[in-house]
Amino acid sequence: MSEKSIVEIVTEWDIVTARQQGRNEAKAIGFTTVDQARIATAISELAKNIYLYASEGDIIIERLEENNRIGIAITAIDKGPGIANLQSVLEDSFSNSGSSSVGIPAVKRLMDKLEIESEVGKGTKVRIEKWLKR
Amino acid sequence: MGYLQVQYEKILSDYLKNQSEENLYIGQNYIRQLIQKNITPEEVINIHKQAVEQLHGTLPKYVEHAYDFLIEVMVHYGLKVKEHQSLLMKQEELRIEMDIATKIQNLMLKTNIPKLNQIDIGMVSVPVRKMNGDYVYFLQDDGHHVSVAVTDVVGKGVPAALCMSMVKYGLDTLEYANNNPSYVLEVLNRIIEKSVDDSMFVSLFYGRFDVENNIFTYGSAGHEPAFYYNAKESKFYDLESKGLLLGILPEVKYRQSEIHLNDGDFIIMLTDGVTEFRKLEELDSRQLIRDIVMKFKHLNAQQMCDELYKQILCYQNYQLEDDFTVVIMKK
Repeated sequence: MSEKSIVEIVTEWDIVTARQQGRNEAKAIGFTTVDQARIATAISELAKNIYLYASEGDIIIERLEENNRIGIAITAIDKGPGIANLQSVLEDSFSNSGSSSVGIPAVKRLMDKLEIESEVGKGTKVRIEKWLKR
Repeated sequence: MGYLQVQYEKILSDYLKNQSEENLYIGQNYIRQLIQKNITPEEVINIHKQAVEQLHGTLPKYVEHAYDFLIEVMVHYGLKVKEHQSLLMKQEELRIEMDIATKIQNLMLKTNIPKLNQIDIGMVSVPVRKMNGDYVYFLQDDGHHVSVAVTDVVGKGVPAALCMSMVKYGLDTLEYANNNPSYVLEVLNRIIEKSVDDSMFVSLFYGRFDVENNIFTYGSAGHEPAFYYNAKESKFYDLESKGLLLGILPEVKYRQSEIHLNDGDFIIMLTDGVTEFRKLEELDSRQLIRDIVMKFKHLNAQQMCDELYKQILCYQNYQLEDDFTVVIMKK
């Protein structure tokens, strides 16, 4: 029912690949230029988090179709250190206000939905979705 | 969005025909709507791009790409601005909480200066931040004794204020004004040592005045020495007492000493916020205090405290560096 593409994130350039794949998919689905930019930025942030904190992981991009609507889902999976306090990463904080990364709350603002699962020592999984407005 | 787009096209087209101040003004009013509707920066640029396309026809490729580039980078910029706004809101919430906490602290630590014929008491206590790390507590029984504790928590702000409520609780449990200073210090030391974080220390000067016999008994836990002014000799003495700060070791013994107060004698108890200030490092601040007090010793205890505060504040260029507390007991 859905097409999937997987980008492995190992080097910083893989972030660019993931962005490109996500943008291509978003464009094919019919997202506007602005939404394409938002989706690419969201992917970029998730991939950067993998690269910075987990060193390796995957970005999975898939097309969504249900009840006559279409959209895009991106899942970021890593086997990194995990996050002990999920509440803290879902809040804006002063710690990332100076850095180039915008954090999970910002990614949530760009998309329609964000889910996060994490286990300390095992890894983190973030899934984001955006639906095409008609 | 459709309505906003049409409106923008109209305003832009008016401006392109006639670059008047009026059209610029209308444009600025339009932006207000965008803010109210929470339109993101990248969306604003997209509105502009589409309007230009509408008015001009298809744009040259490089202009179109330039707009797309701006849209792209503005996504990130918009997120940062949003994050900033959200942090400002959080800061405001904290400020409100802090105001409430300050009110609670003031209510909780409120102490009334005892009014007696036999001894005149005055006090000034001013925090450098919102919450005070200094604390003065008076106790009085039915006319025999008046006791005072002058306290300074090492540290400032909220942690110091929380620690202070511990001290207040300890003093409350002692209840009677006729307790020996050495006993009071030993009990408080035990309470603080058990219940407060290792990095928190409290200095405390405890004085008890025996109203009938005019005897002032005092003990100190690492606190700034009080001044005793002997009117007959017109001479100052330091009431030194080398006790350990409260909260360091569990079982500490504290010494107490006593002096007899005659008419015109007074005791000045203070915190190190009064004696320590950077500007006068080379100067003897305790001598400065003695000099100031000599000028005002004819006033009552409260007026003396007020004058001392005014003068020291002036020396600190009207910017307190630490919580400032002074208590004067005058016979």
